[in-house]
Amino acid sequence: MAQQHDNLEVEDFDVLDAKIPTKTMTLNMGPSHPATHGTVRFNIELDGENIVKLDPELGFLHRGFEKSCENVSWTQCLPYTDRLNYVSALCNNFGFLSAVEKLAQIEIPERAKYIRTIGAEIHRICDHLTGTGATAMELGGFSPFLYAIEARDLLWDRIAELTGARLTTSFGRIGGVDRDLPEGWIQKVKDSLDRVAVLRDEISTLLTHNRIFLDRMRHTGRITGEDAVNFGFTGPCLRAAGVDYDVRKAHPYWVYDRMDFQVPLGSEGDNFDRYYMRIEEMKQSDAIIRQCFEQMEPGPIIIDDWRYTLPPKPQVYSTIEGVIGHFKVIMEGIKIPKGECYAYTESPNGELGWYLVSDGSGRPYKVHCRAPGIPLMSGLEHMVRGAILPDLVPTFDTINMIGGEVEQ
Amino acid sequence: MSEQALQRVAEKFPEAIVHGYSQHGDETLVITREHLVDVLQYCHDDPELDLKMPSSLTCVDYIDETPRFELVYSLYSITKRHRLRIKVRVSAEDPSVPSVLHLYRGMDYWEKYCWDMYGIQFTDRSVPVERLWMYEEFEGHPLRKDYPLRGRQGLIPERNIRDIYRGPGPGPGSVPASRPAVPRPSQLPVIK
Repeated sequence: MAQQHDNLEVEDFDVLDAKIPTKTMTLNMGPSHPATHGTVRFNIELDGENIVKLDPELGFLHRGFEKSCENVSWTQCLPYTDRLNYVSALCNNFGFLSAVEKLAQIEIPERAKYIRTIGAEIHRICDHLTGTGATAMELGGFSPFLYAIEARDLLWDRIAELTGARLTTSFGRIGGVDRDLPEGWIQKVKDSLDRVAVLRDEISTLLTHNRIFLDRMRHTGRITGEDAVNFGFTGPCLRAAGVDYDVRKAHPYWVYDRMDFQVPLGSEGDNFDRYYMRIEEMKQSDAIIRQCFEQMEPGPIIIDDWRYTLPPKPQVYSTIEGVIGHFKVIMEGIKIPKGECYAYTESPNGELGWYLVSDGSGRPYKVHCRAPGIPLMSGLEHMVRGAILPDLVPTFDTINMIGGEVEQ
Repeated sequence: MSEQALQRVAEKFPEAIVHGYSQHGDETLVITREHLVDVLQYCHDDPELDLKMPSSLTCVDYIDETPRFELVYSLYSITKRHRLRIKVRVSAEDPSVPSVLHLYRGMDYWEKYCWDMYGIQFTDRSVPVERLWMYEEFEGHPLRKDYPLRGRQGLIPERNIRDIYRGPGPGPGSVPASRPAVPRPSQLPVIK
């Protein structure tokens, strides 16, 4: 639905090179538009076909994440974090738990670190497959999307075997993870990864040298490295602009310091680079998962500290200490020491930061989620201003806004 | 490495620092509101600090304390790989801070977030601050501790948007609506 407005910026002009008084047009795109996956509404001011002003309207998916977290115990926050980025729930689960563990000064067991790394990397591949597939679909290529979904579902089946749920995993626990790897799971994941690699290469072959795709992606939605930093970009969008910042390399957590992997870097900062970062990162994640399988050794998966974890069931049913430990954790909630911290992990879209404040009771005083998508959305107008309207679609796709985390 | 950053700011602005400490490896500076822009300008421009990335900005409502609100600026340096947290306390009576949008354009959405969720006003902004997630007619600021968890808001009148065909009718300066306004379900008489 469009409405025309007078363009008031007609200046004094000479008769010979007189400007034709033009009008700008307001166009509403979304919130339910095929190209705005997620629910975001754009108020776009157009001069002809060029975008003069872009005003994204967020909040259609707002559900009071922080308010909810402040009113439940620390463990009960975990299911809310699944719903932030619903394609890569494990990254959110483990990111949040890392922050809580930093606040409580807990060092998790080695095997739990490996399981967290494996889970996060599998979900990173899922997220990148979704982002890449959706980009292709919204530019008119439906087949890559189907390949991507097939590959993603293979991995989600593996996640379901590990955690019991495809999407909303709620898998981690404070001090470790919920359960160990199922029997025969490692071989299944390796087989799935082989199939995913075939499909990923197929997607890449279909898109990377595709003339139509290149024309839409190259030199559109450009941002320089300096601007990207100023806007607070992180993740593939920042690295596409040539700035080398990956939390896994810059501040290694879990077992990333023992892994041999590369961080792909772009040069142009355009949509194609952002797409290609994701393809390359999937290969690196694949390598990380395989290295984890080789390196990991049997051991405990959760700390043995009953202030933070539930006692094993045989002890709950046979000893008074076990019953009390269970009762305290369930009824009072886990008591995280008083303090504050900011912890951050690399989620598929960038730095997922958590600013937590605890007042020593069983509930968080403040849970702030620094979702990587929020700075990306704030930089969207800068990336598309002056460009033509069709450039908005790939730009919005490659920043991969996830409504769940941006609108919380 | 971040300790050096903390020291450097503290030596440059001794009069601005209320408190400086490190907890769990996070270096934190509490500064006064009057010096906020100067300190952040220095953090941004100084080559030794090089805190060019606005990581996030949030607010915490300490309802039992005075001043009540605490704004938490989180800055990161890509080149030096260090992080600094800068805090400012503002009172409930005058919850306003100067905007740092001219230094960090990425703070735009975070300032909107603080206004929307906590009612913090940002002065000297080049663009007016709007709500980030809630709608403009929303009353109150939901993340304040005195906002009820299950608070309900009343119905709001339909907006006079001039470029949709249905709705309450023609807005100022628009062409006449192609068909008359349809009453909302809540406006219809109840038939018993």
